[in-house]
Amino acid sequence: MALLETHGLEAFYGDFQALYGIDTVVGAGETIAIIGANGAGKSTYLRAIAGLIGSPAHSVWFDGRPIGTKPAAEIMKLGIALVPEGRRLFPSLSVEENLLVGRYGRNTPGPWSLDTVYALFPALKARRHAATTTLSGGEQQMAAIGRALMSNPRVLLCDEISLGLAPIVVRGLYDALPQFKAAGASVVLVEQDIAQAIQISDRVYCLQEGRLSLAGRPAELSREQIHLAYFGS
Amino acid sequence: MTVWADAFIQGILLGGLYALFAAGLSLIFGIMRLVNLAHGDLIVLAAFVILTIAAWLGLDPFAAMLAALPIMFAIGFALQHLLLNRTLGRDLLPPLLVTFGLSIIIENGLLELFSADSQRLRAGAIETLSIGLGGGIAIGFIPLLTLASAVAVILALNLIFYRTALGRAFRATADDIEVAQLMGIDYSRIFSVAMGLAFIVVTIAALYLGMRANFDPTIGPERLLYAFEAVIVGGLGSFWGTLAGGIIIGVAQTVGAQINPEWQILMGHLAFLVVLVVRPRGLFPRAAD
Amino acid sequence: MNRSASVPSSPPQLYRIELRTRGSRAFTAAAGALIVVLAALPGFAGRDVIEELIFVYYMLALAQCWNLLAGYAGLVSIGQQAFVGLGGYLLFALTIIAGLDPLVAIVLAGAITAGFALPTALIVFRLRGAYFAIGTWVVAEVYRLVFAQFKQLGGGTGTSLGPEITNTVFGIAWVRSLFDVRAPAARDIVSYWVALALAVGTLALIYFVLRSRYGLGLGAMRDSEDAAETVGVDNFRLKLGVYVVAAAATGMIGALIYLQKARISPDAAFSVLDWTAYVIFIVVIGGIGTIEGPIVGTLVFYLMQNYLAGFGAWYLILLGALAIAVMLFAPQGLWGFVSERYGLVLFPIRRRLVVSDKN
Repeated sequence: MALLETHGLEAFYGDFQALYGIDTVVGAGETIAIIGANGAGKSTYLRAIAGLIGSPAHSVWFDGRPIGTKPAAEIMKLGIALVPEGRRLFPSLSVEENLLVGRYGRNTPGPWSLDTVYALFPALKARRHAATTTLSGGEQQMAAIGRALMSNPRVLLCDEISLGLAPIVVRGLYDALPQFKAAGASVVLVEQDIAQAIQISDRVYCLQEGRLSLAGRPAELSREQIHLAYFGS
Repeated sequence: MTVWADAFIQGILLGGLYALFAAGLSLIFGIMRLVNLAHGDLIVLAAFVILTIAAWLGLDPFAAMLAALPIMFAIGFALQHLLLNRTLGRDLLPPLLVTFGLSIIIENGLLELFSADSQRLRAGAIETLSIGLGGGIAIGFIPLLTLASAVAVILALNLIFYRTALGRAFRATADDIEVAQLMGIDYSRIFSVAMGLAFIVVTIAALYLGMRANFDPTIGPERLLYAFEAVIVGGLGSFWGTLAGGIIIGVAQTVGAQINPEWQILMGHLAFLVVLVVRPRGLFPRAAD
Repeated sequence: MNRSASVPSSPPQLYRIELRTRGSRAFTAAAGALIVVLAALPGFAGRDVIEELIFVYYMLALAQCWNLLAGYAGLVSIGQQAFVGLGGYLLFALTIIAGLDPLVAIVLAGAITAGFALPTALIVFRLRGAYFAIGTWVVAEVYRLVFAQFKQLGGGTGTSLGPEITNTVFGIAWVRSLFDVRAPAARDIVSYWVALALAVGTLALIYFVLRSRYGLGLGAMRDSEDAAETVGVDNFRLKLGVYVVAAAATGMIGALIYLQKARISPDAAFSVLDWTAYVIFIVVIGGIGTIEGPIVGTLVFYLMQNYLAGFGAWYLILLGALAIAVMLFAPQGLWGFVSERYGLVLFPIRRRLVVSDKN
């Protein structure tokens, strides 16, 4: 079994069904891109894995064990870290405190610490004691990613980290991405902007209205296929 | 002139006691947006716990308070874990009504156990100890100790909140409960720890309540009002603001008493209402909120 | 000019907004009959029954007012005792000092209470949620402490209504001859009718408010204040209106209560337990946010008070525990539970769209 798998994952918001039986596989050390239009269910997929939305136990498997029913705090401790959509830094905490709280539930030794995160994102070190509300969008995103890295996760889930950022800033984030995979960590990237995401990914899944419409390696998929899977007919 | 200066100084000292009452309330509201209507009665409960321990073990009030601390922490933790965590959510009514019901239960439970008799925590010789400031003004040792304890408690709370991992967890949970879970923070456990911590502050407040004046099971609600007024006047989100609020209410009361002894409590309430009209967010509010 | 092919027209439809349900129509008839019976009660019931019913009526009326505030307008007040006490003291002041007839004084007390409620609201509305609740309590305490200063009305120990007032209430002479009773019993009967009028009146008031467009506004506000604003509901004025109306009604009820008791003191008139804790208990147990709920709650409370009040502190502990249990496990209260289970609505305020095709 791979590091992270979903089997027939469904998700509901009240009576509204957002995901219909999603089967995905994330291997150790892989970078997976989840693409799809607005509202396709990409964020819901990540939230379900992270435990913010409940699912049946056997819908989500991590390290060979079913984790579907576990609460988010517990899943985080197992080594799955989510960089939430919209960054969502804690306004009452400084930049450095945001990073520190990232390892509150899981203080596992590993390649990521305050020093190495600052080395990865020097801009953060310059603003370490600043209020997060004074950071630029790009800096906030760096802080959000750094916060998730502090727990040395085995799987890093990134929800639309390019959203609202200038292309050059996004390039900078994606350039740093290969370093996220230090020591065999896996990365799942959810993106609306598919160009950069597909470029650096090992495999791609496409969601359309809550269903998987495409799966494969970037090299094997044509633009027409992706276009069709993304937008539908 | 000295009577007014004296009233003013006594008011500051009284404010220390009110700040102790208010600190626990402020702590809980800051973290979980819960206003505990039973807060005043819990202070009285703690006073009775101290009284009982002191009587059973033959201890002085200070030692009895120290012995009471772990017991009260456990009660607070359990109360939050078993009861109050269930009331939290979007709706305003459940925590309000549950804590209101709790207030009635505690008050009447204490009446059953201890009757309506007035009680006092006897501290011996230091009760009458006072320090002369010259000009005919003297400060009681216990009131001074109360104020000093209030400052110490606030320093400790600030230390916890701003210099420890637990404090970061408190603030993160208050900011964004969903993302806090993504940090591995179990919010119901954090809330229970916070309530236990608040109970510790409540117990310290109870020590000084019981030493300063007589107490009985029915005085809880009024202490809640003073605590609440101190928090609002000081401004939400700041422990030092709560101290300032307590002092303002205390001074209003003692100055009012100087004008007319029957007006003491009324002046405190009026000072609160005036601040509420003029500065609805309090005098030293935090930016967020 | 060629008009495009005509669009087939749909048959003209009639829309009707219906409030009545079958069950409610039957209930309305039954309720009307009940009120007539209750009004005629003094003719055949003993004095103790009348006094018990006065208690039931005014507690019901107070509960309806609190329910309107908390259940419909989202204003959870634990300071309504301010207006009960104010109404009571106004009754004493207007009869003792101004020499007015008590029945006139009751109505006037309501109006004056509304006048006090307005500035009170402007102050306490600066607070929200639980802080608003405690703020109302502080205000009630201020009222209590201020009235304790009025030596003319007995100061801290209070005062009584002398027989020159209690024996000359409007209508007593007529009642005395009608039922052949002495003055105190006649006063009770007059109080009974006033209490019944207040109970029915508050019920009717709330029912018609909720049926009106204000009721729609309240419902919208209860669900989402922001959304309500976007459809034109002025939240502030609506809440202010509800607060003042509830205060006026509470003031009148307070005036009646203290006419009946004929003795007032600050601690009693502004008692949190009697005029807030018990009232909240009634509404919560019965079913908050429904009109029927407080009726059920008052009956339950009356029974409990009758049989258990003798147990003193244990009785209050039981009340507190019950309120907590209901809040946790059955927040919709007894009536809410029954209503949901059996789809029963006695006071219909939900609007249904009835469409009929007219061919």
